[in-house]
Amino acid sequence: MARSKTIIPIGPYHPLQEEPEFFKLHVEGERVVELEIELGYNHRGIEKLAEDLSYDQVPFLVERICGICSSSHPFAGVMATEDVAGVEIPERAKYIRTFIGELERIHSHLLWLGLAGHFLGYNTVWMWAWKYREPVLDLFELLTGNRNHYGMMKPGGVRRDFADEDLAQAVKVLDSLVKPTMMFRDVALSDPVLQARTKHIGVLSKQDCIELGALGPTARASGVPIDVRKDHPYAAYDRVDFDIVTATNGDIFDKVVVRVLEILESIKICKQCCQKLLTVKDGIDANLTDIPPGEGVGTHEAPRGEVIHYIRSDGTNRPVRYKIRAPSFMNVPTNKRAVVGYTVSDATITLAAIDPCYCCTERTVVFDAATGKALMTGKDLLALSHEKTRNLREKYSSRMDKIWI
Amino acid sequence: MADEVIQGFRERFGSAILEVHEKSPRRTFIAVDPKRLPDIAEYCYKELGCRFSIATGTHLTGGVEILYHFALDRAHRFLNLRVVLDLEKPSIESIAARVPAAEWVEREMHELLGIEFKHHPDMRHLLLADDWPDGSYPLRRDWKAGGDGDNGKK
Amino acid sequence: MNLKLKALTKSLWVFHLAASPCNNCDIEILDALTPRFDLERFGIQLVGSIRHADAILVTGSMNRKSSERLKRVIGQAPKPCFVIAVGNCSCSTEMFGKSYNETKPLDSVVPVDAYIVGCPPKPEAMIQAVAALVEAKLAAARKQG
Repeated sequence: MARSKTIIPIGPYHPLQEEPEFFKLHVEGERVVELEIELGYNHRGIEKLAEDLSYDQVPFLVERICGICSSSHPFAGVMATEDVAGVEIPERAKYIRTFIGELERIHSHLLWLGLAGHFLGYNTVWMWAWKYREPVLDLFELLTGNRNHYGMMKPGGVRRDFADEDLAQAVKVLDSLVKPTMMFRDVALSDPVLQARTKHIGVLSKQDCIELGALGPTARASGVPIDVRKDHPYAAYDRVDFDIVTATNGDIFDKVVVRVLEILESIKICKQCCQKLLTVKDGIDANLTDIPPGEGVGTHEAPRGEVIHYIRSDGTNRPVRYKIRAPSFMNVPTNKRAVVGYTVSDATITLAAIDPCYCCTERTVVFDAATGKALMTGKDLLALSHEKTRNLREKYSSRMDKIWI
Repeated sequence: MADEVIQGFRERFGSAILEVHEKSPRRTFIAVDPKRLPDIAEYCYKELGCRFSIATGTHLTGGVEILYHFALDRAHRFLNLRVVLDLEKPSIESIAARVPAAEWVEREMHELLGIEFKHHPDMRHLLLADDWPDGSYPLRRDWKAGGDGDNGKK
Repeated sequence: MNLKLKALTKSLWVFHLAASPCNNCDIEILDALTPRFDLERFGIQLVGSIRHADAILVTGSMNRKSSERLKRVIGQAPKPCFVIAVGNCSCSTEMFGKSYNETKPLDSVVPVDAYIVGCPPKPEAMIQAVAALVEAKLAAARKQG
């Protein structure tokens, strides 16, 4: 008979009756024995809505699937449209698309780094990562008019061009990010508490990743070397030099390192694009006017992994069928294997390690496996995680050369 | 490489391969017999080493179609397996036991299009609320909002 | 002036409630706490329980799965409590109004004190809105005498 232990009592706010839960953890004592995942709170029926819109309206709709990687869906979507039409876009448009995609990866990974720091109890990491993220958002605003939801992609090319002087500013901002990123890398590689919190925790094996079709940094951290930018080259990715980053253990630590190193690769790609955009000036729009009947597939390596859009056209200006699959759809099920068997204080960071949307990790409830009684909420789990870090810091304080927080 | 892959399909599955459309070097659409689809999907995943990317269900006038999108990453290619199912009662064997990555999307296609996936391990709602009316499949072309399902914005 | 109201307008404690957002508004809300905007220097902080909230920031549209529950959650907040619709989705459902999942704007479910439009609204817009709301409530209270 399993003994349950109430670690932190649920407050007067009972999320069970109120908010739809995303993750339901079942525990025996401190160990997570089962994870239930419930989707749907966010379901807006976008695929059906897309059938009522024209091909040039759809990018605005799909941009709002996710706010963090907002250009990744239009990116895949306009490529699917171009795939139906069998059309090539101008080279300048390819470089601009690549630049936007990579700049977005930088901001998204910095965002994730901050949240990971927050979940682990390193609020300074959160504040610093997001502080360094601000110039990236300013750059987006300078180049596209908005900090997020940039509205840059259109079937046939991009909606706005970049001025040469703005490119110079871009290079300045990118250069200024290298040192802070290396600082985060060095912290990850040297801080004993961070390593104690992330090494050998939430391990996802290579086999698990292949079976479940995991994508992006989640898969690459487990040694699966998939990346749409190399496997199905598109835009200007076959014209720039970069490496894909992989690791071998598939634990949280590897996921941190993969994302931090990817920021450095993205900076490399962006700078190469800026260089090319000074001389490649063949236009930004293929002026697509008709989408013939047919079908097409568009894929893009978003910060979280492969985004895939499929379009079926009947020759009218609206899609017959618009299929969207975000990378988290494949990555979220891997949580069942990564979270089960570990302690509940590691649950928050493990669930966050696949980089789902922030709200998903808020909506977590922990149940006692034997009695089914609710024990704690997502916010309690967060407090548990912070407590574990505090305890570890005390344990390692004599070994730490510098106090990070 | 391209011909070898299609050749492999034909040799292995013969008349179950109904039609091959090579839209471009990177996009191949292969129409297959629905009864053999699970074997062909398993062949893609286990023997060809494809990655299951997603599946798309579409409600058309002639039938309900499913496209299984398999990525042959090392060949920079997508192999899209197409099956056309009965319009009134679309039904096919689930591939979730052989291709675990397909488990969730089959649940989604069931609740949004009404496709039956035989022997699927867990056919609960994935995206729609548990109290969503039975038999109401929003992605069908003739789906109409009614009763409490109507936003009143028509 | 009403002591409760006076207390409310200083150091607003904020509870964040996500209905069906794309997360952009949520990230910009969190962003307002980070060094560039640093809302905490005004005593404004995010709280973990709605029982401690002076203001509730709601992002995303209501939908079939969330409407009733969110209504109950907001009902749990001790009054007075400002309900603020953040972003176009909660103000008006933006482009998701015709969804089969019954998307609705926030004010069709609960009374709303302030609407912050934008997709997403910039942190500056949110700060301005909260300041304007507080000012408006204070002015109304002063008028009442």
